[in-house]
Amino acid sequence: MTATATTRGSGTDVRLTGISKTYGAFTAVHPLDLSVPAGSFFALLGASGCGKTTTLRMIAGLEEPTTGTVELAGKNVTALPPYKRPVNTVFQSYALFPHLDIYENVAFGLRRRGVKSVKKQVEEMLELVQLGDLARRRPQQLSGGQQQRVAVARALINHPDVLLLDEPLGALDLKLRRQMQLELKRIQTEVGITFIHVTHDQEEAMTMADTVAVMNAGRVEQLGAPADLYETPRTTFVANFLGTSNLITADVLGTAGDAILLRAGDTKLGLPATRCTAPARTGEKLLIGIRPEKITLTHADDAGTIADGRNRVTGRIAQSSFTGVSTQYLVDSSVATGLSVYEQNIERDTRLVPGAEVVLHWNPGHSFGLDAAQNVEAGTDVEAEGAG
Amino acid sequence: MNPLTRAARVLRRNLVVIAGLGTLGFLLLPNVIVTVFSFNKPNGRFNYEWQRFSTDAWTDPCGVADLCGSLSLSLRIALWATVGSTVLGTMIAFALARYRFRARSSVSTLIFLPMAMPEVVMAASLATLFLNTGVSFGFWTILIAHITFCLSFVVTAVKARVMSMDPRLEQAAQDLYATPLQTFRKVTLPIAAPGIAAGALLSFALSFDDFIITNFNSGSTVTFPMYVWGSAQRGTPVQINVIGTAMFAIAVLCVLVAQLAGRRRKRS
Repeated sequence: MTATATTRGSGTDVRLTGISKTYGAFTAVHPLDLSVPAGSFFALLGASGCGKTTTLRMIAGLEEPTTGTVELAGKNVTALPPYKRPVNTVFQSYALFPHLDIYENVAFGLRRRGVKSVKKQVEEMLELVQLGDLARRRPQQLSGGQQQRVAVARALINHPDVLLLDEPLGALDLKLRRQMQLELKRIQTEVGITFIHVTHDQEEAMTMADTVAVMNAGRVEQLGAPADLYETPRTTFVANFLGTSNLITADVLGTAGDAILLRAGDTKLGLPATRCTAPARTGEKLLIGIRPEKITLTHADDAGTIADGRNRVTGRIAQSSFTGVSTQYLVDSSVATGLSVYEQNIERDTRLVPGAEVVLHWNPGHSFGLDAAQNVEAGTDVEAEGAG
Repeated sequence: MNPLTRAARVLRRNLVVIAGLGTLGFLLLPNVIVTVFSFNKPNGRFNYEWQRFSTDAWTDPCGVADLCGSLSLSLRIALWATVGSTVLGTMIAFALARYRFRARSSVSTLIFLPMAMPEVVMAASLATLFLNTGVSFGFWTILIAHITFCLSFVVTAVKARVMSMDPRLEQAAQDLYATPLQTFRKVTLPIAAPGIAAGALLSFALSFDDFIITNFNSGSTVTFPMYVWGSAQRGTPVQINVIGTAMFAIAVLCVLVAQLAGRRRKRS
């Protein structure tokens, strides 16, 4: 896994073993094992209510786990109260102290640990987040982006072993968000502390993190490097929650070499066995998935020009929308309706308009296979808002 | 333009200012009268008619028998009632806002009763209670009665403040190495302080000028409001106006200082 490759060793590794949280009859987090390598940027990604924030709060000590243990650098801290754990949190609403100015907010952690001269450190930290001239302002006099940076400074000044970020960019507008994502990534690279970042924004998770754990209904669905998760999702939830996927139900015809042969309607499709996470037994069903941008769209008149060995599906364009960089098509075919295709606007074929007969084709090596017993719609219209 | 329509237009444009000044005048007029008459030198015992200017009462505010004694008693009672009701009320407010316990909702309702009940009913029931338990009337019965009715005001003020406080602030403090005690001292208390201060100020004012409840529960002890009421039947010494004016001036001064401090903090 690439996560271990990026280890710098200056942070601390976090290990959760069999950790779970139940509130009465409701299980927020099912027993889960999670290992975050030292110095990595780790993201917990999921929709609202999936248990990601609860997991984070258990690491911080703000929530007591129902079962399981939390280990930091091999030391069991499960029984320690939050103020004795070498971790700091950047809260979703920043939680800056309204009765203290920026300087005192940032100095809070140092003062509680009895550090005598805080001036130099606080000034350096405010310099790092570029807020030196606002030291004597109150939090409510600052903009959202500035408050966010104060929250980061207030946590980082303590040199925690692990920095926990609970949807820290949720309250910012899109442009500022992108800017802060790069900023946070820069800071993490500079200080080398282990970051655990909770977010519902899949793009944010993929941009920033070395390793992403996708959570759904209190469980980790899949864990890995962003590219691995995107290219080889193991569940329909991950396939749909991270970007968009076309999922086609198909019958397994058999295997030929290291390829699985499938049939959907009267269309034959191929899939490398290594890219299928479900057992492929002849006569049973399988889901074959393909990302919209991996599909090429060719007008039916030019079907002869398509190279051999590619998966082909015939259909008719139902809808097209021009987005500038690309054109997004919805294609109805005999194997599935509403297949999504993204075409780069390099040389546009003017015949590709709604109603046109087309052939969708792609490299079989780009498809992935999933267990057909799952809900095909899982993760498609999850409300991506608020806290997990 | 017709002068009448012009006047109507001026009136219409400045209606808010005129209404505001009118209301202020209506509210302040009694205070002005009290102040003016503190410089009066009445003939006889009643200070109701303007005779001539004098500063006699100002130079000798304690010149009337028992007046300053009752004043200092009232101040002492107000002070202790403020301390007692603020400490108790703050703790009750925190308990009601933070914790779930049996009879929480009934406590929450009962605590408002002294605010809603006619004062005379509460006065009589307290007097009955003290009589039946054999407590002798005096300083302590007055103090207990005052704490009882001030409590609900403190609870209301502090509870509103605690309820509106973001629980994440305390979690953030703990996350930043503050022990529970430090969290309370450095975060919770300073944030709840305006509510506590408001409750304390209300308590002081309510206790200091309470007459009905005090009258029922004082025995032979005489507080300042009781002294004023008693003397009004036999004649009103100018010194009462002096003390009234002084108290008004102190209150206005306090408000001004608080406003100035607030403005300076906002600017910096």
